[in-house]
Amino acid sequence: MSNKLRKYVDQLKPHFSKGGKFEKLHSVFDGFETFLFTPNITSKRGTHIHDAIDSKRTMIVVVLAMVPALLFGMYNIGYQHYLAIGQEVGFWDMFLFGALAIIPTIIVSYGVGLGIEFVIAQIKGHEVQEGFLVSGMLIPLIVPVDTPLWMVAVATAFAVVFAKEVFGGTGMNIFNVALVARAFLFFAYPTFMSGDKVWVRTGTTFGLGEGTPVDSFSGATVLGEVATAPGATASLTDTLGNPISFIDGFLGLIPGSMGETSTLAILLGAGLLLLTGVASWKVIFSVFGGGAIMAYVFNIIGPDTAYANLEWYNHLVFGGFAFGAVFMATDPVTSARTETGKWIYGFMIGAFTIIIRVLNPGYPEGMMLAILFMNIFAPLIDYYVVDANIKKRLKRAQIKA
Amino acid sequence: MANLITTKRGLDIPVNGKAVESIGSAVLTRDFAMIPDCYHGITPKLMVKEGDVVKAGSPVFFDKQFPDTKFVSPVSGVVKSKNRGERRKIISILIESDGKMEYADFEKPSLAGSTREQLVLQLQQAGLWVYIKQRPYDVIAAPTSTPKAVFVSSFDTAPLAPNNDFVLGSQMADFQMGIDVLAKLAPVHLGVRAGKKSPFHAVRNAAITEYAGPHPVGNVGVQINHISPVNKGEVVFTVNAQDVVFIGRFFNKGVVDLTRTVALTGPSAKAPQYFKLLPGVKLEELLKDKIKGNSTHRIISGNILTGEKIAGNGYIDPYSTQITIMEEGNETHELLGWGMPRIRRFSMSRAYLAPLLESKLVSKLFGHIRYQWDARLMGGRRAIIMSGEYDKVLPMDIYPEYLFKAMITKDIDKMEALGAYEIAPEDVALCEFVCTSKLPLQQIVRESLDLMKKELE
Repeated sequence: MSNKLRKYVDQLKPHFSKGGKFEKLHSVFDGFETFLFTPNITSKRGTHIHDAIDSKRTMIVVVLAMVPALLFGMYNIGYQHYLAIGQEVGFWDMFLFGALAIIPTIIVSYGVGLGIEFVIAQIKGHEVQEGFLVSGMLIPLIVPVDTPLWMVAVATAFAVVFAKEVFGGTGMNIFNVALVARAFLFFAYPTFMSGDKVWVRTGTTFGLGEGTPVDSFSGATVLGEVATAPGATASLTDTLGNPISFIDGFLGLIPGSMGETSTLAILLGAGLLLLTGVASWKVIFSVFGGGAIMAYVFNIIGPDTAYANLEWYNHLVFGGFAFGAVFMATDPVTSARTETGKWIYGFMIGAFTIIIRVLNPGYPEGMMLAILFMNIFAPLIDYYVVDANIKKRLKRAQIKA
Repeated sequence: MANLITTKRGLDIPVNGKAVESIGSAVLTRDFAMIPDCYHGITPKLMVKEGDVVKAGSPVFFDKQFPDTKFVSPVSGVVKSKNRGERRKIISILIESDGKMEYADFEKPSLAGSTREQLVLQLQQAGLWVYIKQRPYDVIAAPTSTPKAVFVSSFDTAPLAPNNDFVLGSQMADFQMGIDVLAKLAPVHLGVRAGKKSPFHAVRNAAITEYAGPHPVGNVGVQINHISPVNKGEVVFTVNAQDVVFIGRFFNKGVVDLTRTVALTGPSAKAPQYFKLLPGVKLEELLKDKIKGNSTHRIISGNILTGEKIAGNGYIDPYSTQITIMEEGNETHELLGWGMPRIRRFSMSRAYLAPLLESKLVSKLFGHIRYQWDARLMGGRRAIIMSGEYDKVLPMDIYPEYLFKAMITKDIDKMEALGAYEIAPEDVALCEFVCTSKLPLQQIVRESLDLMKKELE
């Protein structure tokens, strides 16, 4: 099977090489060939053997880590829908509804993003890079379910071109690509991206799930409710007004962006990332630490608002906190790159998220802005860490001299 | 008791094909080659013509910058031909051995009666100075410079490296003499393997430090970094353990005897063991029926991380203490390699099973896996994506990623500030091995050191 496929690829290859019929599709062909077969390029000089790890393997691990959140998201979209319209249906009905709701977004995100990647790779004459395999999966997971597909397409295109390719492609970008797509949606279409209309799909998906929302339904997210609560405390409720608590936030049967609601599913992914060592445990740990400490500080000495009084542990399970900590802050390209820097970087993300949530009435969720903000500061943090090493070396030379 | 330095960062790569500790007999060809490119950074000037008769120790060419630094013939015989490349660059000088091994006459040098300058000159004339290298820049030491120390590492931690206890154990008198000579140039630091008793523990006239940890702890660069890092304006000399013996022999016997005990190793080596060879000998005869299997093979003069790829009828380079044979692998096409378990492929990353299989518990229960090796990059070249990889295998007080970035952008001030003086290509070989983005880091370091040398000297 493998040999036959190889033969077939070898037959096709000349057509896509220089001078061939489909020369203009060389990058596309190369992308698929290296996807099918590990490249057989050997080292000419330098080390004669190489570690089996490559960027494809690394990216695939991250995509796999997102699968629990994705599957849970599918179920939760259906669950929220049928809860809103007051119908009781089985597990598979809910799952099917959610799957059909999320898959078009995934197709659009990958289609647009990879399409642009292939074109740019061909223009620049380099290999197709794998970075978008991760971004393309992140984007559907961090947008609300009712985001129109054309908006996803526009945001993805904007992010890939202006957040990545203009900087030189994978590995050169300053900002997390998926978050730029999210921020683009947030600022370009604010009426769609906030409020209480987009988080739960009340309409149908491909004709499935017809019904009208029950009277007590309100589509606001938990954090949205806390942010707009008039008093000094807010009661946490689901979309029908029933009280919920920490454990509901942890399990994730609450409204929110498609893949961000279940802290449990996200932690399963985090487990894979940490087990394989692909993500830095220092970043994940310190984001949670920074968030918990900052929220605790607000609990004690903060202003007397509902948001400041939200218990520190609830801050960590509601909204996009866990998702951002595990999948966004850990992006090695936009994160701090020194080991000391990672502690600082993660802590600041956690702390800033809570500050934005509590003190800025315009943004019920601070994770996106906190990470983008720290993306800017990551090189500065590293600069000071590396500079300490430089100073040490200089000092050593002067003492001797 | 000697000081003990333990490093945690590094990686011992489990390559199979370690040489058995016995010395094989081999019929060698009479063909030898001296290749100026093996001596990095020199400009050769020929001193012989085709047909000239040379003895072991007769000068064949010298370095234009330091005319006293001679490069001598390893054997006695006749200069057969010289090959020139573009712009009349000397590619190689071929010497045919006469099989008699006559040594050139040198006045037997005396250590006690010589000044430092006389010693240096004697070493240069005997072609032995070329075995003394320097940091910064990792080139043959400038005879005019005054080093703050001479570093010798008595053990080699590279994959399948020869065991110097075995190779040099019977030559300790020459080794001691070599150390005594070097001690006249500057204080000598000798690094020895911690834990086991080696003949090197008894060496006098040198400050002995014990080292424990994975490769590259045996690299002299790592040892320098821990004991006496090279600052701007300072120079440290380094000599390979096997080359110290050359110097010792010269001062003990008055002849330039460059016989080495070379380990034939590697996954594709049939019956890997040691052989006594001379630098520059043609390897064709030796390697005949010592290669396993029929696939395309790669022959490396040196170890699998830092050695030079040579042709099947190539010559061993003057510094190599090891020959490695492995599969080329350019005919291997692994279907969906990024998604397969690939149990027999080694990786430092836990995205593969290798780190688990190599862990103490698992390897005790199930034994070690024999990994498959070939010369493929195992992926496509990318910009640097992952962080912290290089730090894990470079036990030096250096931020390697930032140093490499400074080198890639040719920022000499930054290179200097980030520790380029302390580093040699061999020190970053492991970084190159583990790099997810498959960057040619040794080449980057080599070219940057050359650039620095050119700009700053």
